[in-house]
Amino acid sequence: MTHRTEIRFLLNGADVTVTDAPADKTLLDYLRLERRLTGSKEGCAEGDCGACTVLVGRLTGGVLKYETVNACIRFLASLDGCHVVTIEHLRGENGGLHPIQQAMVDFHGSQCGFCTPGFVMSLYALWMGNPEPTETEVESAIQGNLCRCTGYQPIIASAMAANRYGSPAQDFLETERTTITERLTALSDGRRVITGPEHNRAILPADVADFAAVLEEYPQATIVAGSTDVGLWVTKFMRPIGPAVFISHLQELKSVTLSDTALEIGAGVTYSEAQETICAIFPHLKSYWDRIAGQQVRNMGTIGGNIANGSPIGDTPPVLIALGAQIVLRKGDRQRSLPLEQFFIEYGKQDRAPSEFVESILIPRPRPGQLHAAYKISKRRDEDISSVAAGFNVTVSEGRITDCRLAFGGMAGTPKRAAKAEAALRGQPWGEAAFLAAGKALEADFTPLSDWRASAEYRATAARNLLQRFFLTHDETTTEAVDLLTA
Amino acid sequence: MKHDIITDAKTSISGAVHTDRRHDSAEKHVSGQAEYCDDIAEPQGTLHAYLGTSTVAHGLIRSMDLEAVLAAPGVIGVLTADDVPGHNDISPTGQNDEPVFPVGRTEFHGQPLFAVIATSRDAARRAAELAKIDYEVLSHALDPVSAMEAGYPHVTAPLKLERGDIAPAFDTAKNRIKGRMTIGGQDHMYLEGQIAFAIPGEDDDVVVHCSTQHPSEAQHMVAHVLGVPSNAVTVNVRRMGGGFGGKESQMNLFCSVAAIAAKKWNRPVKIRPDRDQDMTATGKRHDFVVDYDVAFDDSGRIEAVDGTFAARCGYSSDLSGPVTDRALFHADNAYFYPNVRLTSRPMKTNTVSNTAFRGFGGPQGVVAAERMIEEIAYALGKDPLEIRKANFYGDRNDGRLLTPYHQEVKDNILPRLIGDLESSSDYQARREAVLQHNARSSIIKRGIALTPVKFGISFTATWYNQAGALIHIYNDGSIHLNHGGTEMGQGLNTKVAQVVADAFQVDFERIKITKTTTEKVPNTSATAASSGSDLNGMAALNAAEQLKERLVAFAGERWNTGPETIRFHNNMVEIGSELVSFNDLVRQAYLARVHLSAAGFYKTPKIHWDRAAGKGRPFYYFAYGASCSEVSVDTLTGEYRVERTDILHDVGKSLNPILDKGQVEGAFIQGMGWLTTEELWWDQAGRLRTHAPSTYKIPLASDRPRQFTVKLAEWSENRERTIKRSKAVGEPPFMLGVSVFEALSMAVASVADYRECPRLDAPATPERVLMAIERLKNRE
Repeated sequence: MTHRTEIRFLLNGADVTVTDAPADKTLLDYLRLERRLTGSKEGCAEGDCGACTVLVGRLTGGVLKYETVNACIRFLASLDGCHVVTIEHLRGENGGLHPIQQAMVDFHGSQCGFCTPGFVMSLYALWMGNPEPTETEVESAIQGNLCRCTGYQPIIASAMAANRYGSPAQDFLETERTTITERLTALSDGRRVITGPEHNRAILPADVADFAAVLEEYPQATIVAGSTDVGLWVTKFMRPIGPAVFISHLQELKSVTLSDTALEIGAGVTYSEAQETICAIFPHLKSYWDRIAGQQVRNMGTIGGNIANGSPIGDTPPVLIALGAQIVLRKGDRQRSLPLEQFFIEYGKQDRAPSEFVESILIPRPRPGQLHAAYKISKRRDEDISSVAAGFNVTVSEGRITDCRLAFGGMAGTPKRAAKAEAALRGQPWGEAAFLAAGKALEADFTPLSDWRASAEYRATAARNLLQRFFLTHDETTTEAVDLLTA
Repeated sequence: MKHDIITDAKTSISGAVHTDRRHDSAEKHVSGQAEYCDDIAEPQGTLHAYLGTSTVAHGLIRSMDLEAVLAAPGVIGVLTADDVPGHNDISPTGQNDEPVFPVGRTEFHGQPLFAVIATSRDAARRAAELAKIDYEVLSHALDPVSAMEAGYPHVTAPLKLERGDIAPAFDTAKNRIKGRMTIGGQDHMYLEGQIAFAIPGEDDDVVVHCSTQHPSEAQHMVAHVLGVPSNAVTVNVRRMGGGFGGKESQMNLFCSVAAIAAKKWNRPVKIRPDRDQDMTATGKRHDFVVDYDVAFDDSGRIEAVDGTFAARCGYSSDLSGPVTDRALFHADNAYFYPNVRLTSRPMKTNTVSNTAFRGFGGPQGVVAAERMIEEIAYALGKDPLEIRKANFYGDRNDGRLLTPYHQEVKDNILPRLIGDLESSSDYQARREAVLQHNARSSIIKRGIALTPVKFGISFTATWYNQAGALIHIYNDGSIHLNHGGTEMGQGLNTKVAQVVADAFQVDFERIKITKTTTEKVPNTSATAASSGSDLNGMAALNAAEQLKERLVAFAGERWNTGPETIRFHNNMVEIGSELVSFNDLVRQAYLARVHLSAAGFYKTPKIHWDRAAGKGRPFYYFAYGASCSEVSVDTLTGEYRVERTDILHDVGKSLNPILDKGQVEGAFIQGMGWLTTEELWWDQAGRLRTHAPSTYKIPLASDRPRQFTVKLAEWSENRERTIKRSKAVGEPPFMLGVSVFEALSMAVASVADYRECPRLDAPATPERVLMAIERLKNRE
């Protein structure tokens, strides 16, 4: 089958075909500069403010699902086969304001108005999936939206009241669901797409086997999954990314499978897609998962990408290493697996050969006697990058620590286990003394850096104190609350 | 027109003053139809400019090789200092210390050195990276302390405020504490960044669309750099996506570059920096280092204060003079200092030139005052609120009225306001509960604080306290309103239109709100210093009253009745015994050749200020407020959560309570952000590393207090004759955020049993909180 050279998607009501879509063209620039759809705003061009929030609908297993994304770091080429919905498309009955928009007007949810279209889109997505949200759920839905004027109170009030203004069942995206599904189905032809000029090529493989083949052909290609990192290479650093292989449409990389022994997560699974299952198996990850980025980034970013980019401050590696995760790498049709911590060789260097890609992550199911914790410390609670992140997995048997895995992010050039602290715990009786000794041993494990997120001293102190928290949380004699959220 | 229909059922107009009225652009905001500068359709041939910036904090520029820039795809040309046709200066205070592009020397990392002009923004932005600049690197000073040590100059003349005699007071006082506090700056982080879009015209003309709080200044600066008279330059702004002071003078650079390029190539030119460049190349709130020395008696009453306020002003003066002045004006917050000496040190530093930001230096003064209160409270083992109350300004009977700048505080309503809040927030019982909680909880500590705000209203540059407005009544009875203020989200246009609707007693919808333009109202002041509705509301009222007078005179003549029998009411005019619709009256007045356009003007009365003497009445009145916040602190990591905040704020007799409440809530959150998570961090090379929302953390929805109650002091009315007896609201509530900071301080103090003032510096990031806890614990 020959490849296709243009991308095709739906933009609001229209069918769109873009020939020669360069790899690095963002959706936001396309909307604002080429379509003059200026309702979506550029506030930061790094996926942190949400002023550019739009909805992207995609067929997954035949079901059309809409999610918020940041148009500023989403590449146009990745939208093949999708339905893009912008603020301009929203409407209520008789062409009036949409229920979300009317609620925002009535509750005075806008002041300067610049962030407002983005908030409306985030609240719209929330209302569609959860028309009667709690305040916490609203906060979570707008974690990726910044407002500098209102202090958020009236926006929250609008969201809580939105369902009084209209029901999602009557919403146009719902009533048009069948038509849109048909139109999107018609766009899908199972072909590889190669588009864009030669120096800025965008490639969309037909399936995973084709992805492997594309990488054999272009060993140095940039792999783009959620583009929450690669997007910034373009918007902030103006780095060329072509040829770029877009993989967010590959359904085979999106499986979440639970076996008797392990949870297997495809490398293309987003944080949002993984959330329910991973937090059900590992309840200690629930509040941690809520603090990964904002909703738009959770909808775009993948766990595979979070690992593969090798960042020392990615949210998932420390907790996955603590859980004993393995990753599966693939090159052509050859697979190999290795413990996640071994993937990170040093800052900027991972154990991934040219043409090789991360295919899946295997997390062993929890075993009896294991105590787990996941901690994230950041300047701002939500939507921030950690100054220290930690995953602890301590096995206690008959009052003795028989095994442990302590993994940290933000403490070294890579996500890393604290070998000396682990040694200080292993074999010791459960008690404060063991954890104090482990805390002391951390000094030998890590020499953290000082930067704008935290000083070395703070990182070291907080990391040590997290061991104390772990002990207090799990120790039977603790009578007081030791966590802000439960105090 | 629908306004012709007047129903008897309606007894009053829509959008009357003192009623809730939604923002006039709300529907456009929520539908994405509100037009911001970057949304204006670009004429064919529009070019785009981008700035090339310095990569050293201080250095001589040996050479600037722009060959590669010029050779880059899409590039039309470059602009350097040599291309400035008029004066290479955009100092807003006329100090001639701020070039558009510097000559021979760069004074901060990220300073714009040249601009690239290209056929697309992307092309210009990429090309700007290609310059080869050879520097001779010089030593630099980034903060006020190292600047003082290095003997750096002041960027502008310091101010001294003095009253009484501090020396004997310090000698005889029973208690005396000296300390130092570091207070961080703040980035505006307006969601819409800086932008200017210049369209050249015939002769010397140029029209500049810009996101600015100060169109007149932009106009004068563009004229100044082009070397043309101001009448050749028009500056327009329909609305801003936030300003907060960051667009009071910082737009000058962008307007100038766009205008110079537009005239040079005779094509429209737009310039919009990305967020990183916006945050790196434009000024912020001033950081301060405050050295304080306070004497007090055993009851906690202050006897003398000596304070030195050193500010990180950056490489040029910009607005640092008035900003550091205002820090001193608010270093008393709400407290009477019997003997006082306050000195500013506006230090030059090798950082971007700092500028206006909501509160304009005042918040830093207030935080310093509250630090001294804390010091006294911990030294005496008392509740800080007790110390606050002991030091409030008094009344004529006790003679505790005079500020350090010799203005009497005559309108003090804090005793009542604080009393109301103390009781509605249940402060005393909750403080007791916090103390008990802390006694039994070793890891999670709580803190509570109730802090006051007193904020002086007026520009301290007295001549800025003037405003103009222009009203046309068209012969169909529709009204066109224009004034010199700018809309940045605060709802100024809504409030001014309410004033006009009220004056004519017509429906709000009849009034068309239009963009601010220097063509209609000249020589305007910045929409700043919270003055927007005070000044422009009065100017608009003045215009409306002129028109009413003409209509009344005409009606009296036509209907042969005295002016006292003519009354405007609910879209109608009662003329003697007759009832005429407003439209009919206007129509008839037009036919009788009555002039239906008026320019209004206002200047604030009573104010005067002698800076050299440090005496006068710089403020027309004061706005007051108070907030009570309770926090939980995790003593293992320094992380915290605001559990509850109660606010009672004074806006006089509000023009629009719902918009005012929005200002109070938003300002509180912004003030809280300044004192908690918003941290500016420069590396040793002088490079700002927190230059985008990924690294600079403003509050999110989830940072709001878990319980949040905001009330306006409905009983308050401005004692001065301001517009409808309202008070300014933009800045004063920003300082309500101080209660969060003070509550965090109490939680920290608990780890040493409140025996020691934690001396928490701002912003109180989790790191600063944890380090303060560790410091106090280790001293135990």
